[in-house]
Amino acid sequence: MKLLLRTGVGTNQWGNNSLFNLNSLLMILCVLILFVTVAMPMTMIIYGTFFYGFKLEWKIFLDVVLDPANITSMWNTIIIAFWVTTIGTVIGLFYAWLIGRSDIPFKGFMKTLFIIPYMFPPFIGAMAWGLLLAPQSGYLNKLYMSATGALEPLLNINSIWGIIFVEICYYFPFVFIQVVSALERMDPTLEESARIAGANQFYVIRRITLPLVLPAIASGAMLILISSLSHFGVPAILGFSQNIFTLPTKIYELINRSSGSFEGIRQGAALSVLLVIVVVAALWLQRKILKSGHYDIIRGKSMRPMVIQLRSFKIPLLGLCLGTLLFIVVAPLFIIFAVGMLKAYGLPLSLENMTLRNFEYVLFHSQMVRDAIGNSFVLAIMAAIISMFVGTMIAYVVVKVDVKGKSLLEILSLLPYSVPGIVLAIGVILMWSGAFYINLYNTIWIILIAYIARYVAFAMKSSSASLQQVHSSLEEASRSCGATYTESLIDITLPLIRPGMIAGFFLIFLPVMRELTTSVLLYGPFSRTLGVAIYSINSEGNTVQAAALSGVAIIIIMLGELTLRFITRERKG
Amino acid sequence: MSQVELKSVTKRFKTKTLGLVTAVQNFNLTIREGECFSFLGPSGCGKTTTLRMIAGFEDLSDGEIWLGETPVSVKAKNLYVLPENRGLGMVFQAFAVWPHLSVFENVAFPLQVRSESRSEIEKKVKEALRQTNLSGLEWVYPSDLSGGQQQRIALARAIVTSPRVLLLDEPLSNLDPKLREIMRFEIKELQRKYNFTIIYVTHDQAEAMALSDRMLVMDMGVIMQVDTPQNMYNNPINQFVFGFLGLSNFLTVEWADGKVYPVGKKDNPLDCAIPAGFPERRAVMALRPNEIELVTEGGLRTAIKQRIFLGDFIEYRVQVGETELRIQSIRDQGFRVGDNCGLKFSRIKWYSAKKDKSDEERERRKII
Repeated sequence: MKLLLRTGVGTNQWGNNSLFNLNSLLMILCVLILFVTVAMPMTMIIYGTFFYGFKLEWKIFLDVVLDPANITSMWNTIIIAFWVTTIGTVIGLFYAWLIGRSDIPFKGFMKTLFIIPYMFPPFIGAMAWGLLLAPQSGYLNKLYMSATGALEPLLNINSIWGIIFVEICYYFPFVFIQVVSALERMDPTLEESARIAGANQFYVIRRITLPLVLPAIASGAMLILISSLSHFGVPAILGFSQNIFTLPTKIYELINRSSGSFEGIRQGAALSVLLVIVVVAALWLQRKILKSGHYDIIRGKSMRPMVIQLRSFKIPLLGLCLGTLLFIVVAPLFIIFAVGMLKAYGLPLSLENMTLRNFEYVLFHSQMVRDAIGNSFVLAIMAAIISMFVGTMIAYVVVKVDVKGKSLLEILSLLPYSVPGIVLAIGVILMWSGAFYINLYNTIWIILIAYIARYVAFAMKSSSASLQQVHSSLEEASRSCGATYTESLIDITLPLIRPGMIAGFFLIFLPVMRELTTSVLLYGPFSRTLGVAIYSINSEGNTVQAAALSGVAIIIIMLGELTLRFITRERKG
Repeated sequence: MSQVELKSVTKRFKTKTLGLVTAVQNFNLTIREGECFSFLGPSGCGKTTTLRMIAGFEDLSDGEIWLGETPVSVKAKNLYVLPENRGLGMVFQAFAVWPHLSVFENVAFPLQVRSESRSEIEKKVKEALRQTNLSGLEWVYPSDLSGGQQQRIALARAIVTSPRVLLLDEPLSNLDPKLREIMRFEIKELQRKYNFTIIYVTHDQAEAMALSDRMLVMDMGVIMQVDTPQNMYNNPINQFVFGFLGLSNFLTVEWADGKVYPVGKKDNPLDCAIPAGFPERRAVMALRPNEIELVTEGGLRTAIKQRIFLGDFIEYRVQVGETELRIQSIRDQGFRVGDNCGLKFSRIKWYSAKKDKSDEERERRKII
C-alpha cells in the first residue's frame, strides 16, 4: 500500500501541489454528496410546493395551509411539543439534580436506569401504553373498572394528553443526560464559595447552580422540542383511532390516502413546508426565551461536590425515582412481553393463556417479518458504514483543512438535524422517483439514501470530536519523519480517530434499527423495515403478533446498546 | 484569645483502592487572633481536607473545631454548623468566580445574602474593590479578565463582609511566578489593614515562609512541626521537614573506631565528631547545598562530576558512595569537571536513618 501511495498523489516533489489537489478533491466530493442527499431533496420540496411545471403557483400551498383540518393538526403539533418540552425539561432537571447533587443512594445504577427510556423506541412505548390504558381494552383500565365497578375508564391514552404523556416518558432523558453531565463537570468550588458567602442550599441552587447549567438545559430542551415537533410514531399509534392528527401524521395520511399519486405528494410537500416553518419558528422562540451564554465551568481539581443531605426525604424520593422507572420502563416492557405471549388479544393475563407461538410465528413463519428484519439489518449496516465514512470525510475537511466554503459544508451536513425525518422522506421521494431519470421508489435504496442524508450529521459530530483531539503536531511529527501528507493521514490520524468512528457507527446503526418515521413513507411491498413491520401488523389489528415482534426488536436494540457501552467504556480505559 | 481551635480532629475516608485512609490524624492546633498561619505539605498530605473541615465542607470523623468561643463541629455531640453559618471568608485555588455575574455582582453576593441595604452594599463593594485594585471594573464579566484579576475578585468577595477568619486554599498556585509575588504582598497588606486571622494552605515553602507568622508542616495526615518560619527552617524536627523547606542533601553515614564515614566507604572518613543519640551507629546527615564547602586539600575526598553556572551562584555535583550531592557556591573557586576536591560541612543536622510511621504509610499508598 505504501508503494502505491508513493507513486500516487503524494510524492515529495509535488508535495504542495498534490496536497492542494487532495484537499480540494475531498472538499468537492463532500459538497457533491451533501448536495445530492440533502440540498437537492430540500430544494425539490420547495419546488414541488410552489411550482407546477416551471410556473410559480401558490394555489396548492394556500389550499393546504388554509384547510381547517391541517390548521387543527398544526395546533395539535404545537400544543404537544410545548407541553412535552416544558414538562419533560422540568422532570429531566429534577432527576438530574437529584442524581447529581443529593445523597440519594444507588446513584450510578440509577443514572444508567434513567437512560434506558432514551433507548426505548417511542412508538413501541406508545403501543405498550395503548395496551395498558386504551379506554376500553387497556389492561390497567379494565383492572380499575372491575375493581371499582366504575363505568368510565381510569385514563384514556388515546388523547392529546396521552400522546404528551408518552412522549415525555421517552424524551425527558435528553435534558437529564445533558444536565447530569454538566453538573458532573462543574467546578464544585463555584457552589462552595456561595455557601461560604452565607447562602443556604436553596439560594445557591437558584442563584448559582441553575444559571450555570442553563446552557445544558437549553440544549437538552432544544432536542426535545425538535424531536417532539417532528415525531411520527406516538401520535400515529395513539391518535389515528380518535382522528387526532399532528403535522407529521397528517403528512403521512395525505400521502397514504392518495396512494402515492403526484398530487398527494405535492400536498404532502406543501404541508412539509408548513412543518419546517413551525420548527424554525419554535427554535427561534426557544432561543429567545432561554437566552444563554457559554460558560467555562469545567472543574480544576478532582473534588467531590458537596451533596445535599435529603435526611427524612431520602427514602420517599428514592421511592419516587424507582416508582418512576418502574412506571415508564418496567410496566411497558412487561406488557409488551406479556401480550406477546397471549393466545389472543383481550384474554386475561394468566398463565393458561400464555404461549410462545406468536414469537415462533413472527420469527420463523412470516416471510414479511423475516424480510423486514433482514432489510433493517442490511440498511443499518450499510447506512452506518457509508455515513461513517462520509461523515469522517466531512469532519476532516471542516476540522483540519483550510479550504474556502467549508462553513457551507458544515451547515449542509448539520441541516438534517433539525429537518423532520418525514420532510426529508418527501424530498427523497420527489427527487428519486424519476424526476432525474432514476427511479428508486419501492426499493430499499431510496430508504438507504434517506438514512444517509439523515444520519451523516451524527457521524460527523462523533468524528470531528475525536479529530479535534488529534493535535496537528502529531501529523507534523510524522511529516518530519519523512512520511508524506497522505501517509500521515492514513498511518497517524486515521488510527487515532478510529474509536470515534466506531462509536459513530453504532450511533447510526441503533437509531436505524428502530427507525419508523422515514421508512414509513418510503417502504414498498418488499422493502419494509422492522419498524414498519411492527407498525403495519399493529394497524392490521394483530396486536399479539405486533407485541411479540416489538419484544424481539427491543431485545435486538438493547443488545446493540450494550455493545456500544462496552466499546465506549474500553476506549476510556 | 484563640480564633481557631482544633482538638484531636481526625478524618477518615473510604477509598476503593486503598481501603480506609486516614487523611487527617489527631490534629491539635490553636491559631491566635490576627495571626497568619500556613499549612504546608505535599499534595495529598491532608492540608486541604483540614481547611475544608474548618470551612464546614467536610464533616469530622472525630474531634472538635471551635471558632473563637463557638463550637462549630463537635463529633461527640453530633454538632455541625453549616458552612454558610460559620461567617468565614474563603478563596479557592481555581478562583471560583461566578461567570454569569459581573465583578460587582460577584462581590455583592455575600451582602445580598445577608439582605443588607442597597446603599450599604454599594459602599462596601466599592471599598472592597478599591482595596483589591479592581476599581473601574465593576460591570465587566470575569471571563474578560486575567487570572490575577479573577483571583482579586475572589479576594474582594471574601473580605467584603469583614470576616474574622479568612481561609485561603492555594490561592496563588494558578498564577504565574511574578504575579504570585505581587499578590502575596497584597494579601499581607490586606491583613495588616483588616487584622483578620488567615489560614493559608500551600505546597510552596517560600510562599508559606514569606507570609506566615507561624506555620506547620504536615505529611500523611500528621502534623510534623509547628513553629515560626525562621525557627522551623533553622531546626527542622525530622528529615521530611528539612527536605520540604528547601534544597537538601541527605547522606547516610556510619561510624566505627571513632571515625565517621559514608556507608561502605571506610577508607574515606569525614572530619566531624560522632553525633550523640544514635545507638545503631548509623544516621542521616542533612545539608543545604550552600552549607557544603569545596576545598583542595583534606575533607571528604571526591571529584567534580558536573559544574553548572547559574548566574547568582555556581552549582557543582559530586558523587559520594551512592549519593549525589549538590553544592552551591557564590564565588568561583576555579574547580572544573574531573578535578579532585574535598568537602567540608558546616551546620550539619542529624536525623535517624530508621523508617518512621509516615514513611511506611507513604509506601503503602504508593504500592497499591
